[in-house]
Amino acid sequence: MRPVDVIEGKVSVVERADVDTDQIIPKQFLKRVERTGFGEFLFYDWFRSGELELEPNPILVAGRNFGSGSSREHAVWAIQDFGFEAVVAPSFADIFYVNCTKNGLLPVILPEDACRELAAAGEGRIDVDDQTMTFAGGVVEFEIDEETKHRLLHGLDDIGITLKNEERITAFEQAGGADRGPVTTGL
Amino acid sequence: MPKTMFDKIWDAHEVADGLIYIDLHLVHEVTSPQAFDGLRMEGRPVRRPDKTVATADHNVPTDGTPAARMIADELSRIQVETLERNCEEFDIPLYSLGSDRQGIVHVIGPELGITQPGLTIVCGDSHTSTHGAFGALAFGIGTSEVEHVLATQCLVQRRPKTMRIDYSGELGAGVTAKDLILATIGRLGVSGMVGHAVEYAGETIRGLSMENRMTICNMTIEGGGRAGMIAPDETTFEWVSGRPGAPADFDAAVAAWRELPTDDGAEFDTEVDVDAAAISPMVTWGTNPGMVTQVTDAVPDPGAWGDGPADREAAERALAYMALEPGTQITDIPLDRVFIGSCTNSRIQDLREAASIVDGREVAGSVRAMVVPGSQQVKAQAEDEGLDDVFRSAGFEWRTAGCSMCLGMNPDILDEGERCASTSNRNFEGRQGRGGRTHLVSPKMAAAAAIEGTFVDIRDWS
Repeated sequence: MRPVDVIEGKVSVVERADVDTDQIIPKQFLKRVERTGFGEFLFYDWFRSGELELEPNPILVAGRNFGSGSSREHAVWAIQDFGFEAVVAPSFADIFYVNCTKNGLLPVILPEDACRELAAAGEGRIDVDDQTMTFAGGVVEFEIDEETKHRLLHGLDDIGITLKNEERITAFEQAGGADRGPVTTGL
Repeated sequence: MPKTMFDKIWDAHEVADGLIYIDLHLVHEVTSPQAFDGLRMEGRPVRRPDKTVATADHNVPTDGTPAARMIADELSRIQVETLERNCEEFDIPLYSLGSDRQGIVHVIGPELGITQPGLTIVCGDSHTSTHGAFGALAFGIGTSEVEHVLATQCLVQRRPKTMRIDYSGELGAGVTAKDLILATIGRLGVSGMVGHAVEYAGETIRGLSMENRMTICNMTIEGGGRAGMIAPDETTFEWVSGRPGAPADFDAAVAAWRELPTDDGAEFDTEVDVDAAAISPMVTWGTNPGMVTQVTDAVPDPGAWGDGPADREAAERALAYMALEPGTQITDIPLDRVFIGSCTNSRIQDLREAASIVDGREVAGSVRAMVVPGSQQVKAQAEDEGLDDVFRSAGFEWRTAGCSMCLGMNPDILDEGERCASTSNRNFEGRQGRGGRTHLVSPKMAAAAAIEGTFVDIRDWS
C-alpha cells in the first residue's frame, strides 16, 4: 500500500445521503477477478443517466453514511481507480470505512457544516499526521484511530504486521483458542 | 463485572489488543479471487483451511445448471471456476455448483451445523450478521480482510459499541420476523446501528424459530449495524444437534453455550425498546430499507418524512425512481414480479409459510413469480414436503439454489421499470436489475401479492 500523508487539490461532490455501494459499483462489474480497472464503472448508472457528473479530483466530498450496504471492496477500488485519494463525509458505513483504510483511500469524517464549506471552497488540503483538513475559510481537525493512522502514514501491509505476531497466534491456538468451532475439512 | 454476550465472545477471542481470532471463515466466489491472488503473490499459505469453507452462490444460475463449467455467462463461469481452482490449491472444502450441499453461504453454514454459539464468524459478505442468530459474533468483511483471515486466521478489529433492542409482546397473526426487523430499521434509520454490535432480546425474540431469528440478524447491516446477535437457548441447541458439524461432545458444548447470554446488569452503550405487538406487515416504498411503512398506510409525502432537508430530498428522489405518488395506498400498488428467496428469507420455514398462502390459488395473470430455495438441501426438503408442487401449480417458477434476484448477478433480474415484491434485503436503485423497482416484504406478503397482483394486508386472508 502506498503511504498516505498529504492529499491536496480540488474536490468533487456527491451531495446525497446514504449512498450505497450498489450505486458506487453496480453488481455486473463484480464478476471481474482482478483488483484493477474498476474506475470506468464508478457510479455507472448515475453517470450513464446523466444525473451525476464527477471530475476525477483528489478529494471526494459525500453525504452522511457513505458506502452503506454491500461489503464489496470493489467500491473502494473503483473510487481509487477513478482518481480519488480521499473521501470526506459526515459519516461512513463501517465496512466501507475499513475497506478504505486497507487500500490507502483516506476516509475523513468532518461535521456536516464543514463538508458543505469544503464543497463550496472547491479545494482543500488534508494532512494525515496533523489530522487537519484545510480549505478556504477554515482548518478543521478530524479523528482517526492511532493505529489506522500509523498504517496509512507508512503504507504498512496489515498481514505482514499480524504475521510478526505469529507466535502469539500460535500460542493462542495451542492454549485452546483454536478448539472452538467445527472442523470444516471433516464434514 | 456483568458482561454482555458480545463482550464474552470478544474477550475470549482477543489474541492481542485489537486482533481477534476467527473460528469460522466462509468464502464465496465474488469477494475472494483477489484475496487468493494476494496470497499467491506473497507466497503465503491459508493458515487454517480446517476453519474455512466455501460455496458458490452469488453468480450461479438457478435453472439447474449442474456444474461450473456449464455456466452460460462467461464471466460468471470464470469466477466460479476460479473459486474451484483456488479451493483446490489451498485445500479449502468447497460446495460448488453440483454439490448437494451448495447454496447461499448464510443458509448452508447453519444447515451444516458449523454455525454455532460463541464463535467468531466472518465472510466477505455484509449479510454475515445472519449467523449471529446462534449467539455468535458474525460480521461481513472486505476482500483485504478476507485475505488477512486466510493468511492469519485473525482479524484486526476495533471493538464496536454495544446496543440492545428489547422486544416485548407477541407478534400479531400474519406479522413475521421480517416485519419486525423492517419496522425496527424504519424507526432507527439505515445508519441507526452504525458502529454497534446489536443484541436482539426480549420475550418476542425468545419465542421465534431459528429461521426467524436468522431473518432478523441478517438485516442488521441494513440498519448499519456491525453484527446482530441473539442469545442461544433450547431452540438454538435443538437446531445444531445432529447436524454434520455439531460438536462431538454435544452436552459439553451446550454447557459452555449456556454461559454465553448477557449477564443481568450488564451495560450496553445504547438500549432501545420495541413493542412487537404493535407491528403490522411492512412494505418498503423507497430505495433503502429504512423507507418502509405499514401495508395499511399510503406512500408518504417526502416533506413529512424523516427529519431535515437531506431526508426530504432522499425521499423525493426515491419516489421518482420508484414511480410512486405520495398518498397512493400501498395496497393499490400493482406488481410485475415476485421473488421469494435470498439469505433473508429462503429457508424451509419461509417456503412453508409462503406455500400456505399460495396453496390452491393462482398467481395473477400480470405477475411473473419465482421461488429460489436458499440451498440444495432446502430445495430437497421442500420437494419432499410437496411445496414445489404447491408453488408450480399456482404458477410460480421453482428454481435451484443461489442468491439469484436478490442482487441479480445471475440471469435472474428485473427489466427496466418492472416492479417486484421481494423477500430479499435491499431495495437499492438497480439492485435487482437496472431500473427495476423493489419492495421488500415478508414471504407471506410476497406470496399474497403474487396471487392478488397488488399488495394485500395478509391479515385479511387469515
